[in-house]
Amino acid sequence: MNVATLAPSTTATKRRAWLAGWSRAGKLGLAVLAFWVAVAIYACFVPDSALGEMSDAGVFQGMSAQNWLGTDYLGRDMLMRIIAGTPYTIGVAFIATLIACAVGAVLGLLAAVTGGVVDATLSRVLDTLISIPSKMFSLVIIAGFGSSVPLLIAVTAIVYMPGAYRIIRSLAVNINAMDYVLVARARGEGKAYIMRREILPNITGPLLADMGLRFVYALRLLASLSFLGLGVQPPMADWGSLVRENLGALPIGGASVLAPAFAIAVLTIAVNLVIDNLPGHTDADREKH
Amino acid sequence: MGATVLVNELRVVAQAAGGGETEIVKGVSFRIEPGEVLALIGESGSGKTTIGLALMGYARHGCRIAGGSVRIGDTEVLELSESGRRQLRGRRVSYIAQSAAASFNPSRTIMDQVVETAHIHSLMPRAEAEKKAVTLFRELALPQPDTIGQRYPHQVSGGQLQRLMAAMALMSDPDLVIFDEPTTALDVTTQIEVLHAFRRVVRERKTTAVYVTHDLAVVAQMAGRILVLRDGAEREIGTTQQIITTPKDDYTRSLIAAANPRARTGEGHAEGATPLLEVRNLVAGYGPLDKHGRPASPVLDDVSLRLYRGQAIGVIGESGSGKTTLARAVAGLIGPAGGQIMFDGKPLPRLVSQRTPEELRRIQIVFQMADTALNPSHTIADILARPLQLYRGLKGEALDKRIAQLLDLVQLPQACARRLPVGLSGGQKQRVNLARALAADPDLILCDEVTSALDTVVGAAILDLLAQLRKELGVSYMFISHDMNTVRAVCDEIVVLYAGQKVESLTRSAFAHAPRHPYFHLLANSVPELRQGWLEEVGAAQRAALPLVQAPTDRAGICSFLDRCPLRVAGLCDSKTPPRRELGGGVEVFCHRSADELLQLQKTKAQPQECTA
Repeated sequence: MNVATLAPSTTATKRRAWLAGWSRAGKLGLAVLAFWVAVAIYACFVPDSALGEMSDAGVFQGMSAQNWLGTDYLGRDMLMRIIAGTPYTIGVAFIATLIACAVGAVLGLLAAVTGGVVDATLSRVLDTLISIPSKMFSLVIIAGFGSSVPLLIAVTAIVYMPGAYRIIRSLAVNINAMDYVLVARARGEGKAYIMRREILPNITGPLLADMGLRFVYALRLLASLSFLGLGVQPPMADWGSLVRENLGALPIGGASVLAPAFAIAVLTIAVNLVIDNLPGHTDADREKH
Repeated sequence: MGATVLVNELRVVAQAAGGGETEIVKGVSFRIEPGEVLALIGESGSGKTTIGLALMGYARHGCRIAGGSVRIGDTEVLELSESGRRQLRGRRVSYIAQSAAASFNPSRTIMDQVVETAHIHSLMPRAEAEKKAVTLFRELALPQPDTIGQRYPHQVSGGQLQRLMAAMALMSDPDLVIFDEPTTALDVTTQIEVLHAFRRVVRERKTTAVYVTHDLAVVAQMAGRILVLRDGAEREIGTTQQIITTPKDDYTRSLIAAANPRARTGEGHAEGATPLLEVRNLVAGYGPLDKHGRPASPVLDDVSLRLYRGQAIGVIGESGSGKTTLARAVAGLIGPAGGQIMFDGKPLPRLVSQRTPEELRRIQIVFQMADTALNPSHTIADILARPLQLYRGLKGEALDKRIAQLLDLVQLPQACARRLPVGLSGGQKQRVNLARALAADPDLILCDEVTSALDTVVGAAILDLLAQLRKELGVSYMFISHDMNTVRAVCDEIVVLYAGQKVESLTRSAFAHAPRHPYFHLLANSVPELRQGWLEEVGAAQRAALPLVQAPTDRAGICSFLDRCPLRVAGLCDSKTPPRRELGGGVEVFCHRSADELLQLQKTKAQPQECTA
């Protein structure tokens, strides 16, 4: 390669290059994701009274100029219900994923860098956790402690942490065998430095992709828990509970049951599209390394 | 029988980063007569492999043959359809790749794979193909030619696999054989056998061949004519004799100069002073220790050496000799099972975790592969800053200033500091690698094969840099390499390792005339020399039957070269530990034979007759 032709890249050109590698589908996914995040933030500033307000339109109404997405089983405006549910849906899943991946990353890196007994113990304990079916596990915990938002976050984080640990550990083990890690060891660096500075920057790509994937799983788990009535409790509702509440509209094909289901699908697909375009995850990136 | 090959104005282009195309082979023309071997020589990026592949009508992913013609016999290769080219490949043109290990399928027997060409092109029935394969195995001097085909690729050695690949390529009696660096990955002692086999087959079968390599000395043995390439263009073409004796082109001259490295001397050490590094009876290996305190797979056995301040010591040996393990034990990356390492008169703790930062700072290690030794996500400035922060606590302006100094010291432009390692060339990366070690202000730098992955010309520049730094900064080196020429050029003292034993140590001045351990003699004689006819001379000396000895029951302490030694003595070498003979002039040999007997071997260049009993 001719080095002289490579201009030193400034932050600005780097940022542009970062988006330039994205496919059209990836940009669409990013736009949809940004839209839902904006909705979630908007919902936090709308007074609660506006969100739970009954209308006089009647229950399970179809789409109309007044109620864009019809009304629910109590005659509330469905659009408002979905907006109100957005922070719960995205927030709970996002925080849970963040915790799962952060804990998984720390433990995975520690296991890879330390090796030996620490690695073996951590791996076996977390393997045991993986072997418990996730839905069953969360049902038991929630049945025992009662549903609340912090508990939902904790349960989801516990369910998805071992998987994150596995992936991060296997990525880190490969990097740990590289000469530059050996150089760092020979220099007398501590474990924390090797984990954070030598290994972590080289696995952030796959790490982010895994996190996106885990977010989708968490979304699904929470939606199904809510559908069973064990998720976010009334009067608040995430999209999964909205589907369950309005199940009565299914025979007449009402918008009130289709809209939240559609919202879940759109969000899931959008996140997947974004994941596929994360740095370190595209074919172009892989060829570069 | 080979055919005439005619290449005219061949051009190959590759997709460039910006979306355009860059020319990587720029209108190269040559002609090869039937039965002639033409060598394509040049450093990496010179387009030599690309030309080799283009002879089969093939271009690598992202490349395209843009113009010109390739004629083999009366076939115009570039005008053939894709199916026509498939008919050509393997049948009329065959290819021998650099890494035979990567080219064989590990789950099928060797015979299955060797006769595959015959099967694919329906040349002959299987039984006939197998018979032909066995003939080829015999011609290539493979051991047990009748049964070797039933083995799997992992059951034969690297040199044998390379010859088996040649057998595969010759199955169809091709018009043209392309050898793509077939011996580059082999040890020199193995390389000789493979070169011998290749040459014999090529001569006897009168095959037309193209030999792609970067090693001029190897080419001098194999080829009739040489085409020197640089950046995809021809620099010079001529007979081998003419190229190596009277090169016309400046670039060819620089290649020849780099192939014969000149000595780069440092200052001698002060006699009687404490050695900077002293390794005493080091035993190291991998796996758990047994009841005698020996590791499950021992790598180093009773190795001792001394290095004085400002001196450079060379550790030489083939793959598996334990050179890298020695460096790692000194660096504290693996804990020795026995023996002691003294640094500046004080014993060094075994492992990095037990050493003080000061001890760590004073010994730095530089790895062979700069690609994997530099963290791809750190900028060059980050990489150089870390040891400065860690050992010296430098911050802010002082830190930037020192980084700038270090870049100057290794002759890199300041603009490199902000780049990532991917943005640098191989030689530049190795300089950064070296600068990182220098950042710690060490007394001793362990250089593990630092020039092996580089082109000869680039490697020579790194050696110059090392010599200069030694003069300016007074650092000492432990220089580990498999390349005799490099070690001779850089080091004041040479230690020869074979299978974990130190078989000989000597000073550079004693190199030419000192008695040599039989292994060291073999190694020194196996380094290709840049003159024609060298291969014939060494060939005769190395293929006599070895004297018979018993297989020793306990290998501990027995000379590790026993199995290959032409001077071994029954009843002595197979049962007793050899003495370490101090022969004066800084020469120490680990052998039962006396200095005179060893000198005898060197002079005759043939097998001493009394030993064949």
